[in-house]
Amino acid sequence: MSFISNFSNLFGIGRTTRHTKSSDMAKNRLTVAIAHDRTDISPGIMENMRRDIIAVLKKYVEIDEGNIELDLENDSAKGYFALVASVPVMKVRRTHGKP
Amino acid sequence: MASRVIVVTSGKGGVGKTTTTANVAAALAEMGSKVVAVDGDVGLRNLDVVMGLENRIVYTLVDAIDGHCRLSQAVIRDKRVDNLFMIPTAQSKTKDAVTPQQMIDVCDELRNDYEYVLIDCPAGIEAGFKNAAAGADEALVVTTPEVSAVRDADRIIGLLESMDKSPIRLIVNRIRSDMVKRGDMLGVSDVLDVLAIDLIGIVPDDEAVITSANSGVLLTSQASQASHAFRNIASRIAGVDVPFMNLDSREGIGIFGKIKTIFGF
Ligand SMILES: Nc1ncnc2c1ncn2[C@@H]1O[C@H](COP(=O)(O)OP(=O)(O)OP(=O)(O)O)[C@@H](O)[C@H]1O
Ligand SMILES: [Mg+2]
Repeated sequence: MSFISNFSNLFGIGRTTRHTKSSDMAKNRLTVAIAHDRTDISPGIMENMRRDIIAVLKKYVEIDEGNIELDLENDSAKGYFALVASVPVMKVRRTHGKP
Repeated sequence: MASRVIVVTSGKGGVGKTTTTANVAAALAEMGSKVVAVDGDVGLRNLDVVMGLENRIVYTLVDAIDGHCRLSQAVIRDKRVDNLFMIPTAQSKTKDAVTPQQMIDVCDELRNDYEYVLIDCPAGIEAGFKNAAAGADEALVVTTPEVSAVRDADRIIGLLESMDKSPIRLIVNRIRSDMVKRGDMLGVSDVLDVLAIDLIGIVPDDEAVITSANSGVLLTSQASQASHAFRNIASRIAGVDVPFMNLDSREGIGIFGKIKTIFGF
């Protein structure tokens, strides 16, 4: 171990760069856990949301309704929940939104 | 004179609700207001021993609610601090010995005689919490800087909001500034970032809390960091703007840091 690193150890500098502080870990974990607690979207609401999103998308594109994936995903790096949808598009409608 | 009914809550147990209720009540009384502290933790009577009034109990809150005595007969006057009163709860009953409406009625009756009614709430989010909080206008939420306590505080804040309590303000208890500075404990600003709620007090981890509870004396009777912190909270409740000390700075642990730590909170 070099003189410099011993020196900075002595004064508690340099910890930050080498280890993640446990308080930072605590804050990140809490942010995600609380976001999840607050979201608390029931499966019923998820299903209604899926139905409404499909209805809107169908005005613009022809979609494969059986293979739609809609999930709440936990992005711990960003510290929030994301609503992630994968919607297979068969064809773009020429009418562009007009029913 | 409009009375204020304030419930002291937390979600997680053992974070300092009873300590806060006792010492904030005493500090408000020392400032000249007439204050009653109510033990709302039915079945787990604690406020009496923390305040050192356990030998003076004749009737309890539940006796008054059940009509075995008048409410005023359950009130114990603290002989050490003028204007300070306490209502103990029953030890042998369960949480469902009281209904929310009965607590609302008790609080409304106390409004006639006291400037502040502080209610010590049980931990948890069930009936005991809902009863204790039913009659309150405002809430103090106590947490320690630990992951589980902060998470539970968030849950309680949501419930208090849905019960229309306002203001709902946060006390961060048992802060160890040495650990915060090392990065080994959540700082007050971290907790506030996560919970997004107004802060009303920061209380250091202080042996004086334990020794004064051991002997049943109020913290406010002595000079300690924690007693200073509880006095500051009482001032802020009364609307006096007392500055917060910065215990979070991970730099500046020099001489000024030391001075702040000694006089702070
Ligand atoms: N600032 C502090 N410094 C040191 N010890 C403390 C501090 N605050 C509370 N304590 C100690 O922590 C313990 C729990 O405190 P207290 O009884 O006030 O918590 P509570 O939230 O009322 O608990 P419960 O949920 O069981 O009712 C007690 O032993 C108390 O002395
Ligand atoms: Mg308690």
